[in-house]
Amino acid sequence: MIATGIQLAYLSSAALFVLALRALGQPTTARRGMQMAAFGMLVAVCATLVDQRIVSYEWLIVGLVAGGVIGYPLGMWVPMTAMPQRIAFSHAFGALAATLVGVGEYLHGFHEGTLTHGKTVALGFEVFFGALTVTGSLMAFGKLQELLPGAPITFRGQNVFNLSLFAIGVVCLVWLVVSPYDTAFFIAILAIGLAVGVLMVLPIGGADMPVVVSLLNSYAGLAAVATGFALDNNILIVVGALDGASGFILSMAMSKAMNRSFANVLFGAFGAEAAGP
Amino acid sequence: MTSTAIIQLFVFLLAGFVGFQTISRIPPLLHTPLMAATNAISGISLVASLVLAGADQSVLSTVLGTIAVGCATANVVGGFLITDRMLAMFKPAPLEAKEQPSS
Repeated sequence: MIATGIQLAYLSSAALFVLALRALGQPTTARRGMQMAAFGMLVAVCATLVDQRIVSYEWLIVGLVAGGVIGYPLGMWVPMTAMPQRIAFSHAFGALAATLVGVGEYLHGFHEGTLTHGKTVALGFEVFFGALTVTGSLMAFGKLQELLPGAPITFRGQNVFNLSLFAIGVVCLVWLVVSPYDTAFFIAILAIGLAVGVLMVLPIGGADMPVVVSLLNSYAGLAAVATGFALDNNILIVVGALDGASGFILSMAMSKAMNRSFANVLFGAFGAEAAGP
Repeated sequence: MTSTAIIQLFVFLLAGFVGFQTISRIPPLLHTPLMAATNAISGISLVASLVLAGADQSVLSTVLGTIAVGCATANVVGGFLITDRMLAMFKPAPLEAKEQPSS
């Protein structure tokens, strides 16, 4: 009974998110769209709080209060001119949450012996996309905040290096799916995800950064989708997919509006030597 | 592959198309607010964090879950607050422009 109620609440929350995205596309309704999205999020969180799997609430309250205390200044005190880097910083938070959940779920499944091949694929993707978004966002934040040099950083053999790192990541994922209990490969995926995030943003200049931030948004969405597959949670799949698709199309629209090459941003280092000046 | 996984793939595919359709053809004016809003929406991983933190599986899971809840909440709260600030800033602008065309 409670489970059905939760699913129905998730369903209405998903509908709210779709309507919210639609309203956000027009200047006159944008603010109402944002309020609908916030309400949808509230519905999803409240529905989750009555979930039967949650047995103790004290740490939830600690986490929620701490997050609120950190989130409020992030939302209210940051000047409007610092918008892209603040969004990047916020991405790092969201993606870190997804990554930690992936690690936690993997460890739990490892100890209980409940890792299936399907669940391991989802967890591998989740940790990879999550880790990539964390370091990528922090790099973007550093470049926009001018903590790091804004100019593109390239080195000899960068394409080959990045591509082979990516290929190793894929091999690790395949291996982990074949034998889910090989923890070393799980750690390797995590580490490669972190490294790819840094390497992906290194060769991109400061002017392209907002597009990168939007693209990282898309990756954060994909990490949420993978979490949804791992936990059998439809709201995560729906909202993650909405976020992933809209983040992707938005970064395409942004690079078009700013007259930048989207392929250059998307492939980062992979296309930089061919497409760069 | 279980039938649940197949249904989930359908859900993923259809939701992805909905995302593509709703966002295409939006005015450049709304690019940054939309980016902030979708950033807040990507904090949906809060739902998964809550389950991990509250399920009392092991000390490590609870610690990881609690940090995840904190991070995701910061993302959601900060994201929605800043989107609201941004939209509140430019929504009345066209009205003001109409009221005072001389200035």
